[in-house]
Amino acid sequence: MSVFVQIPLLAASPGVSFAVLPALVLVPAVGALLVVCLPRRRPELLKLVAVATSVVVGAMSVWLLSGFDVVHGADVQFASTGTWMSDLGISWTLGVDGISLFLIVLTGVLFPIALLAVDPGHDDRAYYGWLLLLEAGVMGVFCALDLIVFFLCFEVVLVPMYFLIGRWGHANRAYAATKFFLFTMAGSALMLVGILAVAFLHAEAVGGPVTFDLIAIAEAQAVDATAARWIFAAFALAFAVKVPIFPLHTWLPDAHTEAPTAGSVILAGVLLKLGTYGFLRFGLYLFPEASHFFAPVFLTLGVVGIVYGAVVATMQRDLKRLVAYSSVAHLGFIVLGTFALNTEGIEGGLLQMVNHGVSTGALFLLVGMVYERRHTRQIDELGGLQKAAPILAGVFTVVMLSSIGLPGLNGFVGEFLVLVGAFNAHRWFAVVAAAGVILAAVYLLWAYQRVFHGPAEGDNATIPDLRLREGLVLAPLLALIVFMGVYPKPVIERMEPAVDALVAHLEAHVDGFEEPTSQFGSEVEVGTNGHGDDQHDHNGDHGSDH
Amino acid sequence: MLAVATPEVLWWTLLPLLFLSVGALLLLTVASIVRHLPDTVPQAWTVVTGLVTLVACVPMWQEVHDTGPRSTLAGSIAVDGSTVLVTALLAIVVVAVALLARPYLRREDLPGVELYVLLMLSAAGGVVMASADDLIVLFLGLEILSIAVYVMAAFHLRRIESQEGAMKYFVLGAFASAFLLYGMALVYGATGSTRLALIAEQLSTTVLVRDGMLLAGVALMLVGFAFKVAAVPFHAWTPDVYEGAPAPVVAWMAAGVKAAAFAAMVRVLVVSLGTHASDWTPPVGALAVASVVIGAVVAVLQTDVRRMLAYSSIAHAGFLLLGVQASDADGTAAVYAYLVVYALLATGSFAVLTVMGGEGDHAHHLDDYRGLARRRPVLAGAFTVLLLGQAGVPFTGGFVAKLGVLASAVADQGYWVAGIAMLAAAAAAFVYLRILVSMYLEDAEVVDGVTVSPTVPAGARVVIAVSCAGVLFIGLVPGPLLTLTRDAVPVLVGN
Repeated sequence: MSVFVQIPLLAASPGVSFAVLPALVLVPAVGALLVVCLPRRRPELLKLVAVATSVVVGAMSVWLLSGFDVVHGADVQFASTGTWMSDLGISWTLGVDGISLFLIVLTGVLFPIALLAVDPGHDDRAYYGWLLLLEAGVMGVFCALDLIVFFLCFEVVLVPMYFLIGRWGHANRAYAATKFFLFTMAGSALMLVGILAVAFLHAEAVGGPVTFDLIAIAEAQAVDATAARWIFAAFALAFAVKVPIFPLHTWLPDAHTEAPTAGSVILAGVLLKLGTYGFLRFGLYLFPEASHFFAPVFLTLGVVGIVYGAVVATMQRDLKRLVAYSSVAHLGFIVLGTFALNTEGIEGGLLQMVNHGVSTGALFLLVGMVYERRHTRQIDELGGLQKAAPILAGVFTVVMLSSIGLPGLNGFVGEFLVLVGAFNAHRWFAVVAAAGVILAAVYLLWAYQRVFHGPAEGDNATIPDLRLREGLVLAPLLALIVFMGVYPKPVIERMEPAVDALVAHLEAHVDGFEEPTSQFGSEVEVGTNGHGDDQHDHNGDHGSDH
Repeated sequence: MLAVATPEVLWWTLLPLLFLSVGALLLLTVASIVRHLPDTVPQAWTVVTGLVTLVACVPMWQEVHDTGPRSTLAGSIAVDGSTVLVTALLAIVVVAVALLARPYLRREDLPGVELYVLLMLSAAGGVVMASADDLIVLFLGLEILSIAVYVMAAFHLRRIESQEGAMKYFVLGAFASAFLLYGMALVYGATGSTRLALIAEQLSTTVLVRDGMLLAGVALMLVGFAFKVAAVPFHAWTPDVYEGAPAPVVAWMAAGVKAAAFAAMVRVLVVSLGTHASDWTPPVGALAVASVVIGAVVAVLQTDVRRMLAYSSIAHAGFLLLGVQASDADGTAAVYAYLVVYALLATGSFAVLTVMGGEGDHAHHLDDYRGLARRRPVLAGAFTVLLLGQAGVPFTGGFVAKLGVLASAVADQGYWVAGIAMLAAAAAAFVYLRILVSMYLEDAEVVDGVTVSPTVPAGARVVIAVSCAGVLFIGLVPGPLLTLTRDAVPVLVGN
């Protein structure tokens, strides 16, 4: 029957022997079904199947990396299409370009780590099932090139996450899970209306059948500018809640703090990126004019988020909550870079998405390990852990420094690019944001000092050090932190063509907009091609507006 | 000799009607002759009648599909795709309700045969409504359906809430019927006919200089329909009746009555009065918005699961009206898809409620669901699927249904209506989450050292399993349903 999902076994991309993207989505989903069918009394078997599934998915995502054509990084690769609701113009169009590539790899890498790192303790079967379903949904979001399929996956991840927080979380879990679900569902409610509106208006304008194909709609740019701004607002609300952008962030500290360790790792590492990725793919690309129009709003909120997140993080007594608020600050950087609307900014934002996933994922793992040992996350009750657990403290130091943005580690590269991009576009925003880097050092170093230094009293003096299993789980993340800090070129060169194409798309479709690159002409050559002095006034205007 | 001209009768078009009504009457006769009828007999008889009706729909569908829609009995009955689809849907719901009814009646120690008889008669009324090509016939169908349901709602003899709810339903329902009839009379006065085809023809060829009578008629009919589908502000009976009536009867009211009422509404408004759509779409849009908002918001305040689902059914009616107010083929197809999905969700959900009610049918408080995931994991899992479907979560039928009506509203430039509806849906999600929280995140109340676990009879198992499977299947593979409902768009038939 033609109505069933048809997955072509031979993908359109040359050199690819099977449809890897549908596999990325389907393998975890099938794995989840498999896990649910296994006997509930065999937790080790359940874990084995779950980890094996996620390792297979991770391997496929890494394989994707090797098969990715660097030269044509701007093009959609590994594309595959399956008919679905053809009556409504909806199809399973999946594809990867330089923007989504590393987010897919990040997802593929983080899930096995999260699965290996912590055991749920009870109801193992449901736990692994939900985690694998979550992976399927996230992969779907990053691969989808059809608006409805994107929305479906974007929404469906709420359900597994809701149950993960609600059933395996900490004391206040029911409240946190419900809040998380309702915030994100309410945020994306209007996005569905926006998706339908843009598709119908597009079909009306070009006179063809209704389609939800992202590329067709984005390249045509047939929707009237005023309508596009409204629709962009509907999309932006959904993404702003998901990111989350200040002042819509209030669900995040609760959800992160109450979630089980694996949930926090995935939530911070991957789920928040759905919002920032959404801004790039379905904001800037789909509505270039509206993105440019609203950019000052998001730049402002991004900077507010950076400073606010940092200040509030400093004040936290709960270590996990501190890390959660640091996410608000870090995601402010990503938003700032994205809406700088130039190559450096967007690239930095994209890189920061991956960095934040790695660093904050590792931080949540470490906090989870501390909690497992001491059964408390209160900073007051910890102290002097370094004496009993020097390796744990050492690993924490590296991860923390990466989160702060120390040169030589991954965080620096991303933050630097964001700041360069923001500086070129809107100087004062970059100046304020740079203060956020200092604040990050304040809250993390201070927290580190209180937790690991000082005299160790009571149980703090006798905690076991990092176990081999924990070390193995953290090792890949540490390797990534150092590798991407020292040699980010392989990552950047795969992102760059896609980001350049996105900026060119913006320039082509926004009247009078040229990429804001260096304002000092040839003196400080950061971008690929300096647009010279004529940019100066234009950008200066933007800077002084806010 | 005076030759009496008899109208042409296409008997095959009347088969479902005949099966259901003859089945009901035969059962009634047999039950009044045989003194001690085992309670499996009426159930089996009803299930068989429902299945036979369903099977009869298959060749009818083929026939209508191949040779086009028909009008028969001198233009009083129309048979098109929508008729057959709604008939099949009603037959399925009849089977489901019959499966739920026997364990319920046995548990509550109630005499049973009449419930099955009324169920089949009510379904026959629903079929008449779905196939009416004439306002008078439509009214007859509505009354056959309604009067049976009034009695069914009062069926629990020992629960005062059941009597109370049924009384409210009856009094308000009689008023609504009167409104509807008055509206029909006015429309007849304005157009000179009660036949839908002739009304449409008259309105498309004549310009009414003073159309006050027509508009008043349409408005009064709208009131009648809005009552039957439980749209705000004509919804007040719903929570009380849903709370009071036996749970299997509520399943019929939510799935069956709603489907029949919407089928009739679509036929009258979209098909017959389509030329005057600009007159009736604004009020229908207003009803839709009011229903989704009030339904969702008030549902949040409830602590009785039956009342929660009653208000959520009001919100669902609002979504359905969203498709009606689009007043085009896409919107109508979306309404039918929604009806199919909602029938699955409602029968499944109320099957769970039937099981959960416990002896005396009163364990419907939110607290009674606490820790259900630990006591009855499969039941809790199934209810989760159904609730997530009602919330419109992706990859469930609920999403496909909502997507269709929203798309038709947006295509019609109803951005605000669609936006408000979606926000209300997000608010409604809180209702379903509360039940989930209760089932999964809270521990059961321990009474005298033991927790009570509901027993799930085989019939209820089948109903719950089939509805869950259907909801997931439609969510993952929506193509067949969408094709089906596209073919089921009602058309103007008759001369």
